[in-house]
Amino acid sequence: MSGLDPRALRREFPIYDRNPGLVFLDSGASAQKPRAVIDGIAEFYRSDYANVHRGVYQLSARSTDLFEAAREAVRAYLNAADEREIVFVRGATEAINLVAQSWGAALREGDEVVVSDLEHHSNLVPWQMACRRAGARLVVAPTDETGEFDLAAFAALLTPRTRMVALAHISNVTGAILPVEAVTRLAHDAGALVLLDGCQAAPRIPVDVRAIGCDFYVFSGHKCYGPTGTGVLYGRYAALAAMPPWQTGGGMITHVAYDGTEFQEPPHRFEAGTPDIAGAVGLAKALGFVEALGRDRIRAHEEALTGYGVDALSRIPGLDLVGGGQRRLSILSFNLDGVHPHDVGTVLDRHGVAVRVGHHCAQPLMDKLGVAGTVRASLGVYNDETDIDRLAAAVEACREMFSR
Amino acid sequence: MMDLRELYQDIILDHGRHPRNFRALEHPTHLARGHNPLCGDRVTIYLALDGERIADVSFDGRGCAISTAAASLMTEVLKGKTVAEARALFARFHAAVTGGDEVPVPEDLADDAERLAPLTGVKAYPVRVKCATLPWHAFEAALKGGGETVKTE
Repeated sequence: MSGLDPRALRREFPIYDRNPGLVFLDSGASAQKPRAVIDGIAEFYRSDYANVHRGVYQLSARSTDLFEAAREAVRAYLNAADEREIVFVRGATEAINLVAQSWGAALREGDEVVVSDLEHHSNLVPWQMACRRAGARLVVAPTDETGEFDLAAFAALLTPRTRMVALAHISNVTGAILPVEAVTRLAHDAGALVLLDGCQAAPRIPVDVRAIGCDFYVFSGHKCYGPTGTGVLYGRYAALAAMPPWQTGGGMITHVAYDGTEFQEPPHRFEAGTPDIAGAVGLAKALGFVEALGRDRIRAHEEALTGYGVDALSRIPGLDLVGGGQRRLSILSFNLDGVHPHDVGTVLDRHGVAVRVGHHCAQPLMDKLGVAGTVRASLGVYNDETDIDRLAAAVEACREMFSR
Repeated sequence: MMDLRELYQDIILDHGRHPRNFRALEHPTHLARGHNPLCGDRVTIYLALDGERIADVSFDGRGCAISTAAASLMTEVLKGKTVAEARALFARFHAAVTGGDEVPVPEDLADDAERLAPLTGVKAYPVRVKCATLPWHAFEAALKGGGETVKTE
């Protein structure tokens, strides 16, 4: 297995042509788009576009075929058993809201939903709302002092009333990889379902939902080199089939009369209205791009680069790397002693280094860490050691400026 | 590229690190909180008005160098001013940091306006302008009363 060549790969990303010298270290927020995705979407609109699942004409059939081929591409990407288990949504946030509202309608008073203390708000607030509606209890599983998910503490929180365990696969703040297989086994033993937020995992490690055994797996297309406004809800077919419709309207019904309506089977039951057809086609192009590189190679590349980054940043006096333990992947969150993350972000920006600063949509975790926010550098396939060197040099310049 | 030193002038770094009037007033007549949800920064402005005059003003909270320095410099210039003078200084400051037309102030406030001038470097950094104006908006909210938290977003 040969490694990735980020320098060569950058030629596939037009953003680098238009922004020479850019050091882009914010793929955790959203990845840049390769030519295959940009051109693939344009080509689809030029050659094959019509509404789907409607027309009897050839163009509509072709558009439908490409849309459903995108569903099959997602199925293969996650190694799901059946393409009917793939629901297209606008993003991971919508996917989680769908489950929290549709599946969540069955929550009863006294039921429990478990999340971890490193969840993105999108895998916390929908559950908080669902619990509030039902009178159910939101239970928070802790990470330990190194930032690792505490499996023993999690196991102790499971009860006969636990209905759902909703966890990140990889933390968007610390890069910690959660032991999702073990979590799923424990949750299932307790009779609970499992939803995994794969936003940070899907672009960089092989994901096999059947090997993990989870009931739901969600990710956003735009973090996976695909278009914004695309996302995926994988649901085990039996789980999806037991869920009531979420949004209603065209495309998700089999029969409508004034005295009642019959709904489609999954996945169409959950896809009311004209979907983002070109977005799905673009997402399939993005997954094809990732698969051609190989997620094993991407993981190996980003692991090595993460290690390089940890070493480079650790040499900077007064820099504190946040959490993540030993299983950190692709995300380097840090604080510089005495300098607010926003000030670091501004200085880095002036050095051409794009990072995210702030609370990363994880305020409860910021509170636990006792920080207002962090500076977060996150990796993509186009990053290499020179990006990390530029980051470290800019952080060093920032430190010097603020210690004068 | 604008030099970062235009933004992070010595006086900004000094006030950012060692903010003046950084404390809660024991008996404020007015108080308001400011919150920037984007970065999580929070500031509380405490005011003690004696009629129309600002007898004392202070702040606490947490924020970046820009917002902390802005709050610190604000409390320095506002102490002893009348409410009308304070509003005149805010109008001038707001225009200066947002790149608006210069707003004149009376001759006797010229020195105070000058004290705030180091913060005008922020106008070259649009995403940071709110850091500089947050404490002023909270001050304005404190004057108006009502106890609501001012948000930048």
